[in-house]
Amino acid sequence: MANDPISQFQIKNIVPIEIGGLDLSFTNSSLFMVATVAVAAGFLFLTTANRGLVPSRLQSISEMSYEFVASMLRDGAGSQGMRFFPMVFSLFMFVLVANLLGMFPYFFTVTSHLIVTFALAMLVIGTVVVYGFWKHGLHFLQLFVPSGVPGVLMPLVVMIEVISFLSRPISLSVRLFANMLAGHITLKVFAGFVVSLGSLGALGIGTAILPLIMTVALTGLEFLVAFLQAYVFAVLTCMYLNDALHPGH
Amino acid sequence: MFVVTPAYAESNPTEGTHSETGAHGGDAAGGGVFPPFDSSTFASQLLWLAITFGLFYLLMSKVIVPRIGGILEHRRDRIAQDLDEANRLKEEADNAIAAYEQELADARKKASAIAETAREKAKAAAEAERVSTEAELNTKMADAEKSIAAIKTKALADVDTIAEDAATDLVKHLLGGAVTKTEVAAAIRSASGK
Repeated sequence: MANDPISQFQIKNIVPIEIGGLDLSFTNSSLFMVATVAVAAGFLFLTTANRGLVPSRLQSISEMSYEFVASMLRDGAGSQGMRFFPMVFSLFMFVLVANLLGMFPYFFTVTSHLIVTFALAMLVIGTVVVYGFWKHGLHFLQLFVPSGVPGVLMPLVVMIEVISFLSRPISLSVRLFANMLAGHITLKVFAGFVVSLGSLGALGIGTAILPLIMTVALTGLEFLVAFLQAYVFAVLTCMYLNDALHPGH
Repeated sequence: MFVVTPAYAESNPTEGTHSETGAHGGDAAGGGVFPPFDSSTFASQLLWLAITFGLFYLLMSKVIVPRIGGILEHRRDRIAQDLDEANRLKEEADNAIAAYEQELADARKKASAIAETAREKAKAAAEAERVSTEAELNTKMADAEKSIAAIKTKALADVDTIAEDAATDLVKHLLGGAVTKTEVAAAIRSASGK
């Protein structure tokens, strides 16, 4: 089913592993997780190996991504947020490289699976909740009680705050997942148009130009989306961490 | 997917049936479920995500972040240090310029002092020469005046003698008689009112 837009998300076993009835196989998804880590860590490791005082081009890419995330975190969560820098940086680099690897034809997109993005989102929210309670104790619950709200409205506002807090991991994970999924399906559909129109003879080849142009344009857009979604994921992580650091805002 | 797949099926009427089966695809692997919602793969994905992301986090927090942070900090320090060094050198240069200016001013002062002294000396020497020349001239003038006076006195004295001789001669010629010199001198003295 090469032309089926869904088959690209199919998970295939490479090394079947089953422990206690759980299927823990090493799959194509696992392979691309490993590839993502290898590419991201390898790039960052090798380009900074020289520790150049005057950076080479590749080293300055690593430094730029570092400073990009650092300024994002400092703006979002203040200088106290810098203790979470390794986590935010890892999330950003992991999501970014996974998204970009997914842009290669025939490559699997790790972030197009909801369970992966949800796990990453739960890591963020889990960190927020655990750190929030550890640092502020029950004062962390002030997060749900905005100051300056009239008493009558308080139950309603608190309810809204709680719901919005609970929906955060869902919105955070679904946003990334849906963007990657929809983007890849759209690309595949338009690329499929090119092939199927091309098989209709001369007229078909002429009209196949249109979906081809679309495919090229969408490819560019998808590269933007791949970066943008990693950025959005990291920025929202910073904002949520800010809640854990300063709950009584 | 259910929106997208029929659209795809329409575009490819010759393979409609294929697409239909494809839409509910992955029969072989996923049991007919849309792959991202196939819960049978969740355990494996979570496990491998935990392993890979955990490893990635460790690498980042233990190696990469300290390394890049170190590089950036080292660069910042180095730039600050270089700026300090540059400031220090500039200060040094300023000091050198100030010292040079000072020395130049001193030298100028000294030079003008030397010139002043030389001028004073020359002036004094000229003055001294002038005074001595003047004194010499004065002496000469005084000598000249003295000798004139002497000559004049002598001449005046000679006038009396000449007058006496002339008067004696005149008297001798006119009167024929001889007069003594003393008489003549007395007569001349009375005549000239002396």
